[in-house]
Amino acid sequence: MELAVADLTCARGGVPLLEGVSFTLSAGAALVLRGPNGCGKTTLLRTLAGLQPALAGTVSCPPEAIAYAGHADGLKAVLTVAENLAFWAAIHGQSGVEAAMKAMNLTELSGRQAQHLSAGQKRRLGLARLMVTGRAFWLLDEPTVSLDTASVALFAAVVRAHLARGGAALMASHIDLGLDEARVLELAAFRAAPRLPQGFDEAFA
Amino acid sequence: MIALLTRDLRLAFRAGGGFGLGLGFFLILAVLVPLGVGPEPRTLGLIAPGILWVGALLACLLSLDRIFALDFEDGSLDLLATAPIPLEGVVAVKALAHWLTTGLPLVLVAPLLGVLLNLAPGAYGWLVLSLLLGTPALSVIGAFGAALTVGLKRGGLLLSLLVLPLYIPTLVYGAEVVIRGAAGLGVTTPLLLLAGITAGSAALLPFAAALALRVNLR
Repeated sequence: MELAVADLTCARGGVPLLEGVSFTLSAGAALVLRGPNGCGKTTLLRTLAGLQPALAGTVSCPPEAIAYAGHADGLKAVLTVAENLAFWAAIHGQSGVEAAMKAMNLTELSGRQAQHLSAGQKRRLGLARLMVTGRAFWLLDEPTVSLDTASVALFAAVVRAHLARGGAALMASHIDLGLDEARVLELAAFRAAPRLPQGFDEAFA
Repeated sequence: MIALLTRDLRLAFRAGGGFGLGLGFFLILAVLVPLGVGPEPRTLGLIAPGILWVGALLACLLSLDRIFALDFEDGSLDLLATAPIPLEGVVAVKALAHWLTTGLPLVLVAPLLGVLLNLAPGAYGWLVLSLLLGTPALSVIGAFGAALTVGLKRGGLLLSLLVLPLYIPTLVYGAEVVIRGAAGLGVTTPLLLLAGITAGSAALLPFAAALALRVNLR
């Protein structure tokens, strides 16, 4: 199973940001997307996750095999750590909440409400959610924001374990993720030429 | 699906979940009307069916924007849209959760408020039945409105403007059932129309709402 992207054009607010994006991500591999702010990293990830349509191009892998983790962690403030994870596990028909909490060092916090977690702890919970989706391809948008060094190492270990199980990870990040084996894709090379279609009106984009 | 329903119910009952807001509004409205209109029992009895139905409708409206806005803000909606359950199912389940936490309590408390408004004795059964048949439509139509306005900052007012006109048929037939029931007339026709509106909205609007959500998530 692999994620093959061919000649993909994606747009934000009706304006094409990236065009001709092509890469292959096979099982067991990790790919890091790099590029300056606003170059379309998030847009590419959201397009691959099926949250927005691509203007052109193909993605070989159905959105059902992809787990997306965006800037927001999707946590409910008044639910506890364990309840938040158990909900996402139930939605995906999976178990393994305990193992996910253990892997992200959340076991001690399991009874605490998400609103009382620190930013880094919330992020760890958001990443633990990926482990209970049971999906092969992880799309991660700035996964290590607000994580300390120890937690980044924890995250790298979790991603490595996922790769070893035959999964794959596509990550957008500016900082070193502690994953030296990951390939790097520079998105600046795919920047779309600035162009506006005839009669373009942003209000109707 | 069950997990989503239990999560939404749990969220509604925890602190800040908004359970009881609509109920409290309904209570206050029913207490304020006799104060404003005067204690004349005959006048109150005349306007009671309409007031109770308008009150239920406005109470429902209060909590509509919570259906999707909270999930949109914390990113859960993105994750639900990529989850294995269909988005149409998500809409239907969230509308059901809204009805269980807002509509159903209104149905249960309405007879008590009928006493405050001097509702005719024969109308209590019809009041409960009409609300039971009509309030699910309020939740489903409201979920559709909430899906349309989900990405907008402070879209609550726009949501009310969009949804209230869509509530008119439910209000007309719902109040008609109670009025005719109070007068001892046959209620079959408005009751059937009310049930038809609910069945139709529950069958069609989840699809429209899911489509609106997909567009708003882009």
